[in-house]
Amino acid sequence: MTLAVFFGCAFIAFGPSFSLFVFTVAKDPLRVIILIAGAFFWLLSLLLSSLVWFIAVKASNSQDLGLQRGLLMFGVFFSVLLQEVFRFVYYRLLRKANEGLAAISDDDGSAISVRQMAYVAGLGFGIMSGAFSMINVLSDSLGPGTVGIFGDSQYYFITAGELLQSLMGHDLFIQLSDDVYISISKKWLVLWSRVTYVLQSWCWACRPSGHHSCSYLTLTLCCCM
Amino acid sequence: MRLLQLWAFGFCHLLFMNTSDSEEDSYNERSALVQCESPTIPSYNQDHDMSLPQETDTKRRRPVSSGLDEPGPVERERASTPDGEEEELTLKYGAKHVIMLFIPVTLCMVVVVATIKSVSFYTEKTSQRLIYTPFEEDPNSVGQRLLNSLLNTMVMISVIVVMTIILVVLYKYRCYKFIHGWLILSSLMLLFWFSFMYLGEVFKTYNVAMDYPTLVMIIWNFGVVGMICIHWKGPLRLQQAYLIVISALMALIFIKYLPEWSAWVILGAISIYDLIAVLCPKGPLRMLVETAQERNEPIFPALIYSSAMVWMVGMADSSNPDSADERQRNEGGALAQEGVESEDDATQGGRRRYSAEEDLEEDRGVKLGLGDFIFYSVLVGKAATTGGDWNTTLACFVAILIGLCLTLLLLAIFKKALPALPISITFGLVFYFSTDNLVRPFMDSLAAHQYYI
Repeated sequence: MTLAVFFGCAFIAFGPSFSLFVFTVAKDPLRVIILIAGAFFWLLSLLLSSLVWFIAVKASNSQDLGLQRGLLMFGVFFSVLLQEVFRFVYYRLLRKANEGLAAISDDDGSAISVRQMAYVAGLGFGIMSGAFSMINVLSDSLGPGTVGIFGDSQYYFITAGELLQSLMGHDLFIQLSDDVYISISKKWLVLWSRVTYVLQSWCWACRPSGHHSCSYLTLTLCCCM
Repeated sequence: MRLLQLWAFGFCHLLFMNTSDSEEDSYNERSALVQCESPTIPSYNQDHDMSLPQETDTKRRRPVSSGLDEPGPVERERASTPDGEEEELTLKYGAKHVIMLFIPVTLCMVVVVATIKSVSFYTEKTSQRLIYTPFEEDPNSVGQRLLNSLLNTMVMISVIVVMTIILVVLYKYRCYKFIHGWLILSSLMLLFWFSFMYLGEVFKTYNVAMDYPTLVMIIWNFGVVGMICIHWKGPLRLQQAYLIVISALMALIFIKYLPEWSAWVILGAISIYDLIAVLCPKGPLRMLVETAQERNEPIFPALIYSSAMVWMVGMADSSNPDSADERQRNEGGALAQEGVESEDDATQGGRRRYSAEEDLEEDRGVKLGLGDFIFYSVLVGKAATTGGDWNTTLACFVAILIGLCLTLLLLAIFKKALPALPISITFGLVFYFSTDNLVRPFMDSLAAHQYYI
């Protein structure tokens, strides 16, 4: 039974991203590299944000639960902010690389367009973010035991999976002009098997705030759980 | 810009061992790096270099019987060719080569991690140790433990240095038979003994009943086919699979028998050693490379992972007699690890001249020494050993892949022998320790509350 839960939740959480990877990214080596580099940048941002959170926690009173919770929220906020910063950094790097590639390619353009790069980069970010959030939960679901045996919700795993799928966000960077980068992120919010489609606004300033709002939504939702 | 323009150019590798058996069918120029050597090779036809992306080969083969490893540099020697054309074409191949290395490295790591997570034998602490790490780590005293691990590391590294120097000396004095015999012995041990142990543990874990005759049959077949594939000829995929398997086996042995802290310090020390050995003028590996270049012979390590792709089948026909002589003269008979091609290819130039018009995609593929596989897998395996946290494993995995990518990039820029271990291992170590100590508590708190970032 645990195996079924494992596979079910794994597919719920990672199905779309995995199929996107298989059908669009896996064939082209350059895209795979950009994807993995995207994952790496996300990892770097997480590292730095957890460093900040860790310092904050160590410097504070560990007994005070309210404070710890507050620090965690601050950690989330900072982490999201840092992710956006690293996303931007990666975007600049890719722009430069693209120029380089285009310069020496014998065709008119480079081997990969900016949109494709943006898509793949966002996918990389999303996959890594999702993997980090979900993979421990998944491996626990494989183990012996029953969810909810102590009165907790039995839907823990499945909602975790669905929330993850929603938040894994396939972010697309679209460069519409040389000096403005606009990113579109579509986030599907799946709440207890109800689908709410949330479309972010087109202003670049809204994108990070969109990410923020999604994260805080999970905070509030889980408070109600 | 140049950095990005020469993105994953194509490289030559350090070749380590030279098997001088004069098998007429064993010399495969495709995997030889003659073309990558100095531009003074007269027969090299520069016009057709565009069809020759150079390969990257990080040779690192450690004979198992001596239980040590010789890190090898990733060497890049460019033949002199018109810059622009070559850059364009090899750029196209560049990403492909990187992926051709990503896949086997990933597979090896997956095998190691899967084994570690399922078969508890390799994570059980045992009082047995390798003789190369004689000092026992006392878990009670931090200072003592640190000291002992440093001592262990020094012992191990000095063993490695000594063995490398012996190998360089042997190579310098052309004791090819000795080296070849040594390699055969080590792969024998890996393919038969270690795989027997591995299979036994897997059966124990899954409670599979097995009788000895069947087991003997399985191991015998596995081992013999492995020896043939690796040291002689065989289908490319099979050979690649065997190389991945033996790297994984070796990595598992290291994971089991190296003490906790010693393993980490050894990983760090060996990347430093790799850096020194390859970049310093008096480094053993650099001397090896230069000797090989002087002799103008391709040194073939008996055990490197090769992912060479399409062969120019037409070449089999266009064998010229003088090239056959050259081949024998060279005595650089590398085993045709790619298998069935019976190309005659003593000199690149001769081949290229005839092949200029062909539009067969000629790709020499990339090569990576097995030592790199082993140490990458050791790092990821040890990350998987600690607790039930998968985040650390994943982080180390990504870090190593990016390190590999960066190494190939640097190779394209500097165009000389570069070590392949340092960047990946550094990234891996940094990410391991930071993920384990910083990210894990953070993610655990987040996961407990189901907050998502």
